Amino acid sequence: MSIKTPTKPKTVFRGTLYRGHEGMWSWVLHRITGIAIYFFLLVHVLDTATVRLDPELYNAVMASYKTPIMGLGEAALVAAIVFHAFNGLRIILVDMTAWASRHHRALFYGVLVLWAVVMIAFLPRHLMHVFGG
Amino acid sequence: MKFFRFDRLAWIFMRVSGFLLIGLIFTHLIVNLMQDGGVKAIDFAFVAGKLANPFWQWFDVTLLWLALIHGSNGMRVVIDDYVYRTGVKRFLLVSLVISTTTLIVLGTLVIFTLNPCPVGSPADLLPSFCAAG
Ligand code: HEM
Ligand code: HEM
Repeated sequence: MSIKTPTKPKTVFRGTLYRGHEGMWSWVLHRITGIAIYFFLLVHVLDTATVRLDPELYNAVMASYKTPIMGLGEAALVAAIVFHAFNGLRIILVDMTAWASRHHRALFYGVLVLWAVVMIAFLPRHLMHVFGG
Repeated sequence: MKFFRFDRLAWIFMRVSGFLLIGLIFTHLIVNLMQDGGVKAIDFAFVAGKLANPFWQWFDVTLLWLALIHGSNGMRVVIDDYVYRTGVKRFLLVSLVISTTTLIVLGTLVIFTLNPCPVGSPADLLPSFCAAG
C-alpha cells in the first residue's frame, strides 16, 4: 500500500457558516448547550412536580439545589443558557437579514462579549447566595 | 410535499419560540436566582406564593410548553443527524414524543392544581396568606 504524503489543502474555506473557524465553533457550542439545557429541563419539571405532592418533600428536594456543587452546576447552566440565547438570536438575524449574514463573524464575537458581560453581572451575586452565609 | 411543509413550520417555530424564550427564561432566572436570597430562598412557600398568582401560572405554562417543544424539536434534529439505524432512530423518536407529552401534561397539571395551603402541613412551611384563612 502506498501512502501519499498529505499536502496542505490550498483552498481555505472562508465565510461559510458551518465549516471551520467561528462558524463551526458557534454551531458546536449551540448544539451542546441546547442538548444540555434539554436534559436539565427534563429533571427540572420532575423536581418541580414534587411541589404538588408535599411541602416537606419539595423543600427536601430543593435543599439539594442549595449545595456548593449544585451552585456551581447552576452557574454552568446559566452560562450555557445565556450563550444559547444570544447565539440563537444571532442565528435568527443571520437567517433573516442580509446585513447580519455579511457580518456573521463579527456578530459571533458580539455574542461572546455580551455573554461575558452578563456572566460578570450574574456570577458574583449568585456565588454570594451559594457560598455566603 | 407534506414533509417539506412540516420542516418549514418547525424551522419557523424554532425561531419564534427561541425569541420568546429569551424573555421568559431571563425573567425566570432573575426572579428565582437573583432576587433576594437567590436559590437559597426557594421553598414551598415561595413557589406556592408565586403560583397563587394567575400571572405566574400563565407565565410558567407558556415557558413549559415553549421550552419543551423547542427543546424536543431540537433533539429531533440532533437524532436525525447522528442516528442512522432506522430501528434505533424510531425508538428514540418515539421516546422523545412520549417523554415530552408526559412532561407537558404533568407540568401543566402541577401549575394549575397546586393547593398553596394543604391541610395538615406545618404552618411555617406555607405562604403567609394561608394563616389568614
Ligand atoms: C433562550 C432562548 C433560546 C433561543 C433564542 C434559542 C434559539 C435557537 C435557534 C435559533 C436554534 C436553531 C434552530 C435551527 O437551526 O433550525 C436552536 C436550536 C436548538 N435549541 Fe434553542 N433557543 C433557546 C432556548 C432553548 C432551550 C430552553 C432549549 C432546551 C430545552 C433549547 C434547545 C435547543 C436544541 C436541542 C437545539 C438544536 C440544536 C442543533 O440542531 O444543533 N433551546 N435554538
Ligand atoms: C438554576 C436555575 C433555575 C432555578 C433555580 C429554577 C427554579 C424554578 C422554580 C422555583 C420553579 C417553580 C415555579 C416558579 O418559580 O415559577 C420553576 C419552574 C419551572 N422552571 Fe425553572 N429554574 C431554573 C432554570 C430553569 C430553566 C433554564 C428553564 C427552561 C429551560 C426552566 C423552566 C421551568 C419551567 C418550565 C417551570 C414550570 C414547571 C412546571 O410546570 O411544574 N427553569 N423553576
